[in-house]
Amino acid sequence: MSYERPADLARALALRAEGGRVVLAGGTDLLAATRARELRGPVLDVTGVAEMQGVTLSAEGLRLGGAASWTAVARAPLPPACAGLQAAARVVGSTQIQNRGTVAGNLVNASPAADSVPPLLTLDAEVELVSLRGTRRLALGAFLLGPRRTALAADELLVAVHVPAAALAGQGAFEKLGARAHLVISIGMAAARLVVAGGRVVSAALAVGACSPVAQRLGAVEAALVGRPLAELGEALDPAAAAAALSPIDDVRADAGYRRAVAPELLRRALLACAPAPETAL
Amino acid sequence: MSLDAAAPGLALTLNGESVSLSAPPGRRLSEALRAAGALGVKSGCDAGDCGACTVLLDGAPVCACLTTVAQAEGRAVRTVEGLGGASVDALQRSFLRHGAAQCGICTPGMLMTATALLAETPRPTRAQAEQALGGVLCRCTGYAKIIDAVCEAWRETPGAAPVRAPEGAPVGARIERLDGLAKVTGAEVFGADAIPAGALAIHVIRSPHHHAAFAFGDLKAWAAEQGVEAVLTAAEVKGTNRFGVIPPFADQPALAPSPARFRGEAVALVVAEPETLAALDLSTFPVEWTERPAALDPETAKTAPPLHPDRPGNLMTAGFVAQGDAQAGLAAAAVTATTALETAHVEHAYIEPEAGCAWLDGETLVIQACTQAPVMDRDDTAQTLGLDPAKVRIVPTAAGGGFGSKLDLSVQPLLGLAVLATGRPCRLVYSRAESLASTTKRHPARMTATIGADADGRICGMVFDGDFNTGAYASWGPTVANRVPVHASGPYRTPNYRAEARAIHTHVVPSGAFRGFGVPQAALVQEALYDELAEQLGLDRLEFRIRNALRDDEPTVCGQRLKGVGIGPCLEALREDWAAALARVAAHNAAHPERPRGVGVAGCWYGCGNTSLPNPSTMRVGVTPDGRLRLHQGATDIGQGSNTVIAQICAQALGVAPEAFELVGPDTALTPDCGKTSASRQTFVSGNAARLAGEALRGAVLRLANMGEGASIRLAPGGILVEEGGQAHRIDLSRLPVDANGYALAAEETYDPPTLPLDENGQGSPYAVYGWGAQMAEVEVDRALGTVKVVAMTAAHDLGRVINPMLAEGQVEGGIAQGLGMALMEAFVPGRTENLHDYLIPTTSDMPAIRTILLEVPDPEGPYGAKGLGEHALIPTAPAILNAVRHATGARIDRLPALPHRVKAAIDAAQEARS
Repeated sequence: MSYERPADLARALALRAEGGRVVLAGGTDLLAATRARELRGPVLDVTGVAEMQGVTLSAEGLRLGGAASWTAVARAPLPPACAGLQAAARVVGSTQIQNRGTVAGNLVNASPAADSVPPLLTLDAEVELVSLRGTRRLALGAFLLGPRRTALAADELLVAVHVPAAALAGQGAFEKLGARAHLVISIGMAAARLVVAGGRVVSAALAVGACSPVAQRLGAVEAALVGRPLAELGEALDPAAAAAALSPIDDVRADAGYRRAVAPELLRRALLACAPAPETAL
Repeated sequence: MSLDAAAPGLALTLNGESVSLSAPPGRRLSEALRAAGALGVKSGCDAGDCGACTVLLDGAPVCACLTTVAQAEGRAVRTVEGLGGASVDALQRSFLRHGAAQCGICTPGMLMTATALLAETPRPTRAQAEQALGGVLCRCTGYAKIIDAVCEAWRETPGAAPVRAPEGAPVGARIERLDGLAKVTGAEVFGADAIPAGALAIHVIRSPHHHAAFAFGDLKAWAAEQGVEAVLTAAEVKGTNRFGVIPPFADQPALAPSPARFRGEAVALVVAEPETLAALDLSTFPVEWTERPAALDPETAKTAPPLHPDRPGNLMTAGFVAQGDAQAGLAAAAVTATTALETAHVEHAYIEPEAGCAWLDGETLVIQACTQAPVMDRDDTAQTLGLDPAKVRIVPTAAGGGFGSKLDLSVQPLLGLAVLATGRPCRLVYSRAESLASTTKRHPARMTATIGADADGRICGMVFDGDFNTGAYASWGPTVANRVPVHASGPYRTPNYRAEARAIHTHVVPSGAFRGFGVPQAALVQEALYDELAEQLGLDRLEFRIRNALRDDEPTVCGQRLKGVGIGPCLEALREDWAAALARVAAHNAAHPERPRGVGVAGCWYGCGNTSLPNPSTMRVGVTPDGRLRLHQGATDIGQGSNTVIAQICAQALGVAPEAFELVGPDTALTPDCGKTSASRQTFVSGNAARLAGEALRGAVLRLANMGEGASIRLAPGGILVEEGGQAHRIDLSRLPVDANGYALAAEETYDPPTLPLDENGQGSPYAVYGWGAQMAEVEVDRALGTVKVVAMTAAHDLGRVINPMLAEGQVEGGIAQGLGMALMEAFVPGRTENLHDYLIPTTSDMPAIRTILLEVPDPEGPYGAKGLGEHALIPTAPAILNAVRHATGARIDRLPALPHRVKAAIDAAQEARS
């Protein structure tokens, strides 16, 4: 049995290319899924890879290192557009989970209820997938294929998530719905990012999670908001159109009909939370 | 860097010292730290769901179960052992002072998480503390005292002396737990912490199906191939492979012969060296399963083939109580209300999964495990193994929570089988999934009831009918079936009454004892109907209850006439908060129609101890020739505080300070039988035995000293000093003969509560003492989402005499937390919610502000007037919350838990009915 914890990406990619290793980051999913005392089988632990660290802002935008923890994301000084992402980071599991769980791990795990995904979708996030063959970028929506399914190739690592500078405009927000206060898998959640000028919507980005196999951007609903005055924001959101874009299921947490009914309400709340306070909106 | 080599180990700093952990790099840090001796790191779930294993990694709290050893290499790890060292730091001191540790299993995780918070924020607000501790689950305390302790830690002096009782008044004193220190230092030994050298490990093979026949392949060959010490099945059970807490119903095998009757039932044991077992591929275990049709609910089971041939219709037993003429009472009523309600399987969810170890001491099998009932464990285990009970010794470890489920056997007979087969010490620690799948639950109930009241608002009749899903085996199902009809009237005068409860077998994990034994389910129905009746009559809901509250000398539904009935005073104590809450809610709702608030109230009563059955406890107290005072305290402390409360009572009777005692036991070789820790009986029953033993020893001392009743007693090396009115006498203990237990002076007394059997109509005197309580809840409902936030609760409980107010408040707050969980979020679904992220219990911020009002209406039978409290605290919580939801929204919840989708549906239905 072998456990490798490389310090640099070149070594990590070489090991990944050899195949047969489970890729471990924060361990909050992998170790939770086994009843054994340890991870069995060859392990590639990426938490020490230098190129996968950090939360950094630059002219190109925001870069979240794949091995950055949710605590690092929550505590970084980021623009208001990232408020939803940071709010989501603060409700991923618990403080303990946020201190270990990573950006890459959350995305590669591809849970339909991953809290980070809706806000990242509203930020037009792209994933940077690297292998010895080279580097490619995919839109997050294209990377997530279904429950526990992604476009990650067997020799690739998710090295970073990028938010383009253009998507750092405006204000973000996040709403989570669960059956208890902390440490709870979402029944549903919604993220919004709103760009406003002259009291009207310039652009809106909306996403809903845990109400479809993969969290969804709601393009048609977003489009209908453009140009609407802020005062009408709440009414401008079309609940029927939002619900129609979703395909929720029944599970132990809630039934599908309920999810379809409340997802538009979560969206509405996220959207209103993005709107500037009335006095500044004028 | 390659980390393949396990030796010489991975270097890190543990509590300031450089250590090398010799563990595989991919091993859970929690496992490696425990193996290195840091047993204060508790494993509650191995999934990051409970936070019990929280350690600080370079100062940041992490779940050690989700961190690999390699990820801690070169870093600083801090565990509870590194906090105060030999003494206690300010935070630990604060935990002791506030009673923040009950069972203590979550305490290390709480302390470590709070330590990280206090490093950044030395004086946190409650909201900050709740947020920081949101990832650590506690099932005992309801979090209130933990949050208090964290927020007030800055006031404490490390190593300061504990709070003591005022001289001469141990009873009633707000003293710290006498057994608290080990709980805050991590030194407490729980079931998984007793690890005999050279112990073999056990894996339990369990049924993956609800109902399935099975056949084993060549077990011997498989065992030889795998290098395991033993594989054991029902064939190796030498005694009666049929245990049960109620002997006439004993029906549960330690290892099932085919067929298995529930998913999770144990069918075989694999016993091996720990490293061998950990490396085994258990998917090769030779067993063939043939799934059979399963009946998972009583409706299906009533017409399905019986699980047990002698129980047709799968009816295990039914309880019945009738008084007066219920139908005539209802016919004469001015108003009636009817409802039907269904509850879910509720899991005890103690943070400590069942665990223990066992070994042979000569010819005696010693079992050290967590339990609530050591003597019952001994007798049932002996019978299962075919041993003389005198050859089995049960040494309870600290129990990391119990709440009823650790009354039943779990690891004990399995440990015994493994030890007898191998001759080696053995150890068995249930995983969270095993604990959830195989140990008892609260009975799911389907209940209907009708209650009628006359025009003056007096109850004139009630009928109640309930099916209780008792699962595959009896466990405490008969108790639930019998207790429900006795208590379903609630603590109210109900002259015409008829109630029946049936326990129905299904192919589900057995339902058993859980705080309240079915009474919390029944209270939901009765209290919902009381609200409807009050509304129909135009009466205030609280005043309606006060009008019907049972009073002294009025007959209960069993025809028993009681003294010291406290329900009236409890309800009356809520009046002020009730009026204020109604006004506050009305003002809030005018301003916030989309987030309406509501107020609800419910009462409770609960008979303490066994129903119409003998229920004795025996206490021994002795003085050694060298002057040490020992209390043989066999009333198992599962966090509720009997180690402290019983000592306070005995200290009062003897005339010494509670800390004067050295506590012995519980241990079936050392302590007389104090029965089981259940049914709110220990303070009452064992407390009475402790009072009698203390009085007897005091009498003996006074006689020897020839002093009167007013004399003071003080222990000194080798002697006892007795003083009265300037006269002093020293009893020289070395001159007294020593008894068989090694005591120069001793007393042993037994107390058995006086009860009378119930006749065919349930008439009689089932309990000698009852406890009483009433709670009101204020909730806020998000109409659009159906979410419910309980914002405040006031709890008034009559304890007869409060032995220790801090521990009593802890019981109330913890009971409310469990009642809140039952109302809003808890549902065990076999095969689906076998973890603590799908099975939800309340976290810090789910809890409301709680005001506890402790009343003292003395009971003539209780020690110093005391009554039980454990179950009472939970019973009114869920009804009060649901009544508040209905007050806020009009929504009637007919299925628990009231998850958001059910609340939303009920709100929509109520809206539709109005329009």
